[in-house]
Amino acid sequence: MKKLIFKLILGTLFAGTASVVSAAEVNLYSERQPFLIDPLLEAFTKATKIKVNMVYIQKGMLERLKSEGINSPADLALTSDIGNLQNLVEAGVIRPTNSKVLEKNIPAQFRHPEGLWYGLTKRARVIYAHKKRVMLAEITSYADLANPKFKGRVCSRSGKHAYNVSLLAWIIASQGEAAAITWAKGVKANLARRPQGNDRAQVKAVFQGECDITLGNTYYMGLMQTDEENPEQKDWAASVNIIFPNQSGSGTHVNISGVAATKGGKNPKNAIRLIEFLSQDTAQKLYAEGNFEYPIKAGVVVHPVVASWGTFKADSVFIAKIAEHRTRATRIMDEVGYNN
Amino acid sequence: MGGRHSEVTVSMSPTSASKREVWSWINGWNIGAVIISAIVILPIATVIFIGLTPNDDIWSHLASTVLPLYIATTLQLMIGVGLGTLVIGVGTAWLVSMCRFPGKRIFEWALLLPLAVPAYVIAYVYTDILEFAGPIQSLLRETFGWTSKKAYWFPEIRSLGGAISMMTLVLYPYVYLLSRAAFMEQSVCVLEASRVLGRSPLRSFFSVALPLARPAIVIGISLVLMETLNDFGTVDFFAVSTFTLGIYDVWLNMNNVAGAAQLATALLAFVMFLVLVERFARHKQRFHNMTAKYTDLPRYELQGSKRYLATICCAFPVVFGFIIPAGVLTGFAVLHFESAANADVFRFAGNSVILSGLAAIFAVAIGTFMAYAVRLGRGRLLGALVRFASMGYAVPGSVLAVGVLVSLGALDNGIDGFMRKNIGISTGLLFSGTIVAVTFGYLVRFLALAFGTVEASLGKITPSMDGAARSLGHNPLSTLRRIHLPLIRGSVLAAAILVFVDSMKELPMTVILRPFNFQTLATYVHQFASDEQLGEASFAALAIVCFGILPVIILSFAITRSRPGFPIEVKVP
Repeated sequence: MKKLIFKLILGTLFAGTASVVSAAEVNLYSERQPFLIDPLLEAFTKATKIKVNMVYIQKGMLERLKSEGINSPADLALTSDIGNLQNLVEAGVIRPTNSKVLEKNIPAQFRHPEGLWYGLTKRARVIYAHKKRVMLAEITSYADLANPKFKGRVCSRSGKHAYNVSLLAWIIASQGEAAAITWAKGVKANLARRPQGNDRAQVKAVFQGECDITLGNTYYMGLMQTDEENPEQKDWAASVNIIFPNQSGSGTHVNISGVAATKGGKNPKNAIRLIEFLSQDTAQKLYAEGNFEYPIKAGVVVHPVVASWGTFKADSVFIAKIAEHRTRATRIMDEVGYNN
Repeated sequence: MGGRHSEVTVSMSPTSASKREVWSWINGWNIGAVIISAIVILPIATVIFIGLTPNDDIWSHLASTVLPLYIATTLQLMIGVGLGTLVIGVGTAWLVSMCRFPGKRIFEWALLLPLAVPAYVIAYVYTDILEFAGPIQSLLRETFGWTSKKAYWFPEIRSLGGAISMMTLVLYPYVYLLSRAAFMEQSVCVLEASRVLGRSPLRSFFSVALPLARPAIVIGISLVLMETLNDFGTVDFFAVSTFTLGIYDVWLNMNNVAGAAQLATALLAFVMFLVLVERFARHKQRFHNMTAKYTDLPRYELQGSKRYLATICCAFPVVFGFIIPAGVLTGFAVLHFESAANADVFRFAGNSVILSGLAAIFAVAIGTFMAYAVRLGRGRLLGALVRFASMGYAVPGSVLAVGVLVSLGALDNGIDGFMRKNIGISTGLLFSGTIVAVTFGYLVRFLALAFGTVEASLGKITPSMDGAARSLGHNPLSTLRRIHLPLIRGSVLAAAILVFVDSMKELPMTVILRPFNFQTLATYVHQFASDEQLGEASFAALAIVCFGILPVIILSFAITRSRPGFPIEVKVP
């Protein structure tokens, strides 16, 4: 018994170090949840025999990469937002990757010009409005969310969440700071309750009648529409229309999840193979099927559920322009007291 | 002080050959405590240091916008949780220690159960039940025909009040545990004296037992408040704008880790200020038991309706802090059995148990060592240093994790650079991203639990005991082993279990510091819970609770038996 306990403890202690030696592998720090990307990584290992080691770090990945420095075992950093990709680049922990495959698969708008990061999937930030209580023609743009006629009828996730910060940063990038402040103030004034919960919880609140309109990323809709585990979520989803905002203007704000190769990585070739794999049809299809995201690669068939929402015009602002305004956007949220 | 030295010298001289050895032995405690303190302080110091690196000024922005709100909310949260845990913790501890009423034997251990429920889990559970879309409000709407939210009033769970309730329900066991141990360790003489002098049981409680238990209660409350201050999961979920939420906001949304470190340092300074104020208020008071008379505690036999009132008072926190959340989780786990229960969960449970066990062993060994070194040394400087070393508990987990990351990274890269330069080989990262790093993180974070608990207990042993043992020829180590440890073993065990249970629940440090492909129950719950998918997380969440219950129950029995003079434990030398 004593020996067994000892072995168990030793096994646990060196669990991390042991796996870093074998030959064909690639090491990943991920902001995206394991249950989302495990199927993709398994497909990669099956196709290439390269083992993928992963740590899911939602907060603090940047600090870990920085403090590990050149000895960091990580080959790749996977993020769920453009802002975090840009932060990694600014911190100097990323090295450029060049690949004809990636240049072909990923539109220039969604990758760094020098190959420092690559977008892998797209998600649109859309408006969800109650089917009965809100007429389709009533709300067509983000600006409408700030219209006083919706006073007490809007629900929102925290104004400090990356998705809302990116949306506000996009408004700064496309319409300027003054417009962004006015918009944030207007939405704040319309809120039915203090910002709380995730995107799904907002739709739930609309379903339950706490409010009529909210913002959300597209894939949450797909997740709710097909949730066999929690069938009540299908009812939530069925109670709202998806509205792609700003179709008559610049188009809907689109964010990306993406990947970057880290400076310390010891398996650069495998790292490129994994990024390329993630940009190819097989993986792009898995992304679309597993998480209802929009493929970054043109020509990949979207999930039927996603297709049912219709096509839309996406905004064409270079995605990195948005990231530049994130700090300012965060501060504006404080200034208008969005979460108070 | 000089007298103490000669005393030791005399006690050692029969066996040791040279005085030099004696001197090194005397200093061994001090030097050891200083070195360990320095190692443990390193990550905390690193956080302070990060705050000094160049960065955008955040203070003027915060001061003109959300800082007043952060501070007001945080103070309200502290006062609410502090009062709530004080009343529930001390009240129930007194009832089960001193009174007889139906269910007392069960409540002795059951009152500890909420300790096993992580605050973020209880927050998810109650939101599910109490929110607008939850079963209770839905039922009310159906029953009374209300159609909208505006038609009726119902307490909003996602609010400051909600956060206070959730935290009180899972944190009061700290106060209960420590004050119960204190009541159990109190000499019966003082209580008898009070009763003989005509005080009623209630007045004896307020004028004798409570003041005597004060050091333990204060430590319990300060643990609660530190836990309240560094909480992120609950306040984030409830969208309650606390100072800690502000720290995360500056760090992650404004991408300003130095600014976040400054805020964390300010928080730390605030906590140290509180600790100092309390110590000053307790100035020169000593709490040793001067007699060794420990007969059975007098139990007040409660009469009539009071009996049931006591039962209800004790049942309340157990039902709301444990039975309801555990019941809801069990319901979810059954409902989602196929997707929630898989072999991985058991592997993760193994990881959690081993890590938490290691953390508990190290924290208690080091905590006891330091508490004893402080007792031996009596120097103010050493005491201050050791107390600072246990401040990790007051720093928000992720921020402290960054401190650990940066200090271990610097150490690893330093060693690597040295080896490359001089020997030509690269050692890479030795500690970063290993279980050693995670365990170290736990130690830094939870040392306060071990140190505080042991120190409070040691404080009740009169120094004349030390004197007696030492004059009979025992060195400090032998005195600790043969006199103090047997007297404080209940508290030592309590410390070990507190650290164990807290490590089982620990999330932010594990997430940042862990190796590749490594999950604990808490990180597994987190990946689903962060997406509000409680169903998928339910089985693992229940596992955290179950693994927490077992040691908690062991602990409770140990405390009952730990009472000095408890018949079974009397040893004839």
